[in-house]
Amino acid sequence: MVPEGVEIKQQTLGIKEGLVAGIPVVIGYFPVAMAFGLLSRSVDISLVDSCLFSLVVFAGASQFMALDLIKAGIAAGDIVLATFLLNLRHLMMSASLAVRLKEIKRGWLLFIAFGITDESFSVASLKSGKLSVRFLLALQGIAYVAWAGGTFVGYLIGTALPAAVQSSLGIGLYAMFTAILVPEIKKSYSVLFLAAFSGSIYVFIDYFRLLPSGWSLIVAIVAASAAGLLFVKDEGREDRI
Amino acid sequence: MKSYLPLIVGMMAVTYLPRLLPLIALSERPLNPLLRRFFLYIPYTALGALIIRGAMEAEPEMAVATLAGIGVAAAFSWIRGGLVTSVAASIIAAFLILYYL
Repeated sequence: MVPEGVEIKQQTLGIKEGLVAGIPVVIGYFPVAMAFGLLSRSVDISLVDSCLFSLVVFAGASQFMALDLIKAGIAAGDIVLATFLLNLRHLMMSASLAVRLKEIKRGWLLFIAFGITDESFSVASLKSGKLSVRFLLALQGIAYVAWAGGTFVGYLIGTALPAAVQSSLGIGLYAMFTAILVPEIKKSYSVLFLAAFSGSIYVFIDYFRLLPSGWSLIVAIVAASAAGLLFVKDEGREDRI
Repeated sequence: MKSYLPLIVGMMAVTYLPRLLPLIALSERPLNPLLRRFFLYIPYTALGALIIRGAMEAEPEMAVATLAGIGVAAAFSWIRGGLVTSVAASIIAAFLILYYL
């Protein structure tokens, strides 16, 4: 039995927290999705197909990659394979999230799984408090709406925003990753080790082109996390390292 | 205009399944403590690699603004915390650089 005081300490996150946590994701997604919409139009993809990409695939990096490959005349099967490689990292993120989602009904997992992106995973997995279905669906829901809506708007009216605004909003997504990570580094230098080690492996693989590009992220994540088992002292905290 | 439906469906499958299977498989059973630690390290290692990837994949004309955006976010979140303010500050910094350089 868990003493009552411990239960109270971990606030259960609700819809409101989910929507607020989603704001930086929305700010980043909308303009990037607009760029996707516009770009897909220039590759001669119909409005319906362009929106379908965002509505049913919902994977930013993969969608942009697909446009590149379509433009280069690569066959659909090969594009799917490349997408698979690029998305293997979500295998790790999904597994990591699973550790924190013990009490959630299985049916909800079908929806939560669909919304696991780099951004929503990063926001959710380092959010303190108890993750709930409401929180996750609210966070992923507005991110999804921004992504799909941005695609539609971008296809129809182009980027509309001045190029400098558009690009700086896109940079906001990397700023968001940073702003999620840094406070964790402040709490524990083990985090710095894990992140820096993973980043270094990525740079090494990418710079020397050791692996096809889809592999770099997944290898960096797996290798650095495994190194963490060896080098990071287990601090025995339940939800964090 | 060519229909991309087969491609879209294929991409959906290879995107959704990696997101779904671990969640289904792991959320109900107790995990080996070592494996559990491994998975709890993933957010940090994923962020490290994603941030670096962002910096490395930036177009040459965007590189300075991207680095500045990341730097400002790091400084802001170190000093003040707060996701939204940090992101807003870095977007403004990136914009100023793109606009004036």
